[in-house]
Amino acid sequence: MSLRRGERTIEALLFLCALASVGTTAGIIAVLAVETFAFFGEVSVVEFLTGTEWTPLFATKHFGVLPLLLGTTVVSLIALVVAVPTGLLSAIYLSEYAPEHVRRVVKPVLEILAGVPTVVYGYFALTFVTPLLQQWLPGLSGFNALSPGIVMGLMILPLVSSLSEDAMRAVPRGLREGAYALGATRMQTAIQVVVPAAFSGITAAVILAASRAIGETMIVAIAAGQQPRFTANPFVPIETMTAYIVQVSLGDTPQGTLEYRTIFAVGMLLFLMTFALNLLSSWLRARFREEYN
Amino acid sequence: MAVSLGPNASSAGRRRADLLFQAVALIVLAVALGALAVLVATVWRDGAHRLTWQFLTSFPSRRAESAGIYHAIVGSLYVIALTAVMALPVGVAAATYLEEYGGRSRLARFIELNIANLAAVPSIIYGLLGLGLFVRTMAMGRSVLAGAATLALLALPVVILSTREALRTVPSNIREGSYALGATKWQTIWYQVLPMAVPGILTGLILALSRAIGETAPLITIGALTYIPFAPDSVWSAFTVLPIQIFNWVSRPQAAFKDNAAAGILVLLALLLTMNAIAIVLRDRYQRKGRP
Repeated sequence: MSLRRGERTIEALLFLCALASVGTTAGIIAVLAVETFAFFGEVSVVEFLTGTEWTPLFATKHFGVLPLLLGTTVVSLIALVVAVPTGLLSAIYLSEYAPEHVRRVVKPVLEILAGVPTVVYGYFALTFVTPLLQQWLPGLSGFNALSPGIVMGLMILPLVSSLSEDAMRAVPRGLREGAYALGATRMQTAIQVVVPAAFSGITAAVILAASRAIGETMIVAIAAGQQPRFTANPFVPIETMTAYIVQVSLGDTPQGTLEYRTIFAVGMLLFLMTFALNLLSSWLRARFREEYN
Repeated sequence: MAVSLGPNASSAGRRRADLLFQAVALIVLAVALGALAVLVATVWRDGAHRLTWQFLTSFPSRRAESAGIYHAIVGSLYVIALTAVMALPVGVAAATYLEEYGGRSRLARFIELNIANLAAVPSIIYGLLGLGLFVRTMAMGRSVLAGAATLALLALPVVILSTREALRTVPSNIREGSYALGATKWQTIWYQVLPMAVPGILTGLILALSRAIGETAPLITIGALTYIPFAPDSVWSAFTVLPIQIFNWVSRPQAAFKDNAAAGILVLLALLLTMNAIAIVLRDRYQRKGRP
């Protein structure tokens, strides 16, 4: 009898630990929500979401988040422009062409790209890529969206590549054999049969990569500058949502002030955006699995 | 699905296109891997000359030449050790529940979905959680403890996912044999299943920690300092870590500090390399022992 009660207690304890992960999500939402509501007690939601000036740390304060949102979008789009074509190409190569021994070497090395600390990428963007680009683009400022965007593309490339490759490898052999039987080359099979068949899986990979790019912090905090401008020009200093949170955290903004609360409001927006993208991505992946299982 | 071969698709032309495509893909891969090599070479070029015994054993300084990274190395190791102590038991317990008890219940599936989503939440959001929960509400201040607790939450999804993988590789006849001898479910898990899964669990833990040790944003957000002239000596100490010290040096305009940042990056990469080497050795031993 006591043995059974012991078993029950242990199961309950283990269950509590599993529940801790749900608690983490709840904690994130609660912390962000409390400060965000306090923030919107003083600043109107409309101004926050439609204003094109972001100057909470200046004497004349404006709380329009659009410059941060646009900065984040520009850098993330540049990263995706770099990572999606290259990631897809390497996924097609690894899934359809590469012999097993090449795959076994290339894949782990590619994974290293994803394991490099982001502060290292920031250093690389600021001290190597930006000066390099300036030789070709004389108008490029020392801080800009282009260089961190490109480096971020390098960082998310393995994510696009490995998830797309998984999706392509899950496409049944029969589809490929049908194409070969019709006389298609491997390239034609890959582009006209495998990629369309794996499309929802590939889309899920790209969306997850976009979410990663939006939430990436250190590369942009180091190399993109700290000037929230409402511009899509990738050659001038800008500021992203994440870089703003870092900027405020580095100063000593007292707790409870409006400036302090801005980082939670910006964080809430960031959380909602990435959460929506993550959910969309896992929904697409689940749909893809259903198609072929 | 229709395969259009094109209007004038001669067999030789299509084969040429196929080869060209393969060449382009290989070039793309080479460029990506080449960029990694250039990155390491750049850091080495800038930082190698600063990598002296003095640099490894000194505290930060206003003058770049006499500045060191000792405090940040100690800070990083302190925080990571504490992170491991917190993330390991909770992560293993959660994974054990989901893998051995939870089954296919609706709640277990919800928890699984939640863990998958947590793994994709930006790390800076964890920093805001740590700031609101540990630093303010639980009044831990900007301490090693608050930093480690934040990183533990960040590492938890990875630890849970890899522990589940490890538990899944334990053959079911081990469990059945244990039950046949009259062991209870928990006795089976504790004396048979978990010991067999230890190398896999440790590999996953090290990989999670090697990601956490490179994290900068969440620790800046909870208020880890960028300038401290001492090494942490208790869990309540203020602290800094390697990536934050690197960030601090990168942000300064003087070239000499940028070289310090590069040297700091070399130290961080060496630490990461060591951790990954340990993980690979463990995995190798695991694969040899795991096979019956």
